[in-house]
Amino acid sequence: MAGLARLSLGEDEVESLTADLDTILDYVEMLQSVDTEGVEPTAHALPLPTPLREDRAELGLAPEEALGNAPAAAGTTFVVPKVIEGGEA
Amino acid sequence: MSEPLGNVSELRAALDAGSVSSLELVESALARARGLDLGALVATRADAAREEASLADARRASGDLRSPLDGIPMALKDNIAAAGEPCGCASRILEGYTSPYDSTAVARLREAGAVVVGRSNMDEFAMGSSTEHSALGPARNPWDPERAPGGSSGGSAALVAAGIVPLALGSDTGGSIRQPAALCGVVGLKPTYGRVSRYGLVAFASSLDQIGPLARTSADAALALGILAGHDPRDSTSLPDPVPDYAAALAGDCTGLTVGLPREYFVEEGVDPGVLGAVRDAVLELEKAGARTREISLPHTRHAVSTYYLVANAEASSNLSRFDGVRYGRRAESDDVGALYRRTRSEGFGPEVKRRILLGTYVLSAGYYDAYYRKAQQVRTLIRRDFETAFEQCDLIATPTTPDTAFRLGERSGDPLRMYLSDIYTVSASLAGIPGLSTPCGLPGGLPAGLQLLAPALGEPVLLRAADAFERRTDWTQRWPGETP
Repeated sequence: MAGLARLSLGEDEVESLTADLDTILDYVEMLQSVDTEGVEPTAHALPLPTPLREDRAELGLAPEEALGNAPAAAGTTFVVPKVIEGGEA
Repeated sequence: MSEPLGNVSELRAALDAGSVSSLELVESALARARGLDLGALVATRADAAREEASLADARRASGDLRSPLDGIPMALKDNIAAAGEPCGCASRILEGYTSPYDSTAVARLREAGAVVVGRSNMDEFAMGSSTEHSALGPARNPWDPERAPGGSSGGSAALVAAGIVPLALGSDTGGSIRQPAALCGVVGLKPTYGRVSRYGLVAFASSLDQIGPLARTSADAALALGILAGHDPRDSTSLPDPVPDYAAALAGDCTGLTVGLPREYFVEEGVDPGVLGAVRDAVLELEKAGARTREISLPHTRHAVSTYYLVANAEASSNLSRFDGVRYGRRAESDDVGALYRRTRSEGFGPEVKRRILLGTYVLSAGYYDAYYRKAQQVRTLIRRDFETAFEQCDLIATPTTPDTAFRLGERSGDPLRMYLSDIYTVSASLAGIPGLSTPCGLPGGLPAGLQLLAPALGEPVLLRAADAFERRTDWTQRWPGETP
């Protein structure tokens, strides 16, 4: 689960978080007793149609503003370690 | 130390009379925040605030005020973006971050002339009910510094309660405005979902998050909501409905209103008797103000906390995936991009945030989705229907805001489930998307208790009217920490 969530946890953390999650999952188990046969799920409390706007270009953040908080940037790009194995660098 | 700042109406009267200037109010707020040292204000913008206050003083002198909040000092919760300012969400992962743009809420407040003096402490990414889960250390409750101010908007609540600022913005996902308002003895309003734009609010649970004011009175909350509310093309979930004149809705008492009392909330079990007594007295006061009361039922109440924690944390696990050390915030370097993500997130997030990301990831994972997430969404429908049925029988619902008064720092931080149950009375309204307000209604054992009022979607005018009528009949909004009763 930690891998899916992109977290690496120490042994102590695994132990205490596992215990916490067990307690919480035990508690939420009560939901299984509710009869939800045929009940639609709610994703948003208030139903709203998806609003559309005119298809017109608008200015967003300038590249230098968007990159202003980047831990590493070059030109107009964010820099990360090499993602693709093999081939020319 | 400087005197506490009173409510906005009192400050406006003093400003209009020339007995104080906005600049002096800003100086007072900064000095008082320093002197009280509650851990409530995590960043200040002293010079900018002084400059803006002087401009507001000039506007007042020339008679062209922009709004009732022109020149009024206030604070922003640390998860609401303001251009050029930090927006750390009380997290190490956003250390050093500077917002490149204004949230819509902040843009509207600027337009109105309000003067932001600083940013208020919170539980990391708004995940918590005590403001103890902050990478910057806990905030303290002005009524008893050994106790928590509640959370997650605990810094905002403490600042208003201590008279440092008369008004602060918070955000409420499951009670994060109303619960700290109750524990600090101030007014907290969570508007209808979509009434205030979320553009520039760092997302926790997108189907629940809502910005709202913490204030000394409901009349002040009405002024703030009037400025904050309205459609925003940058938030497609913001409601298109016209914004009423909330301040004008405050006239009158509670005549003609039926207030529902859900039997599931008025039980002895699990509620502090002092809190329950104060809320029962408050209901009597609403009756004296002309309201009729009747018992109602919200039968799925006991499932609300479970439903909330499944829905909110599923959304959180998805929303917080953006904090990966690539585009902003802190990065833990590595030659391997996967290790970079994992190390960045493991070093940057605190334990409560990790707990919630893991829970959310689990309930969304293949094999568990239907049993947990979809089930919770279905129960959310039933909780919504409970309110629809209830509001056929009443105009407003009254409940305690919290089961207890403020708890001691550290008392619940080792017991996540017990902490989650602090929100037992507030999460239902969040799941249903309806507005809720907490107003102070007593001081059992010397600590504040809150009356929660709930209304149907877009029912803020009636909510504010009833709360204002209650506040004018009692003196709970005039009390200060440390005064002898």
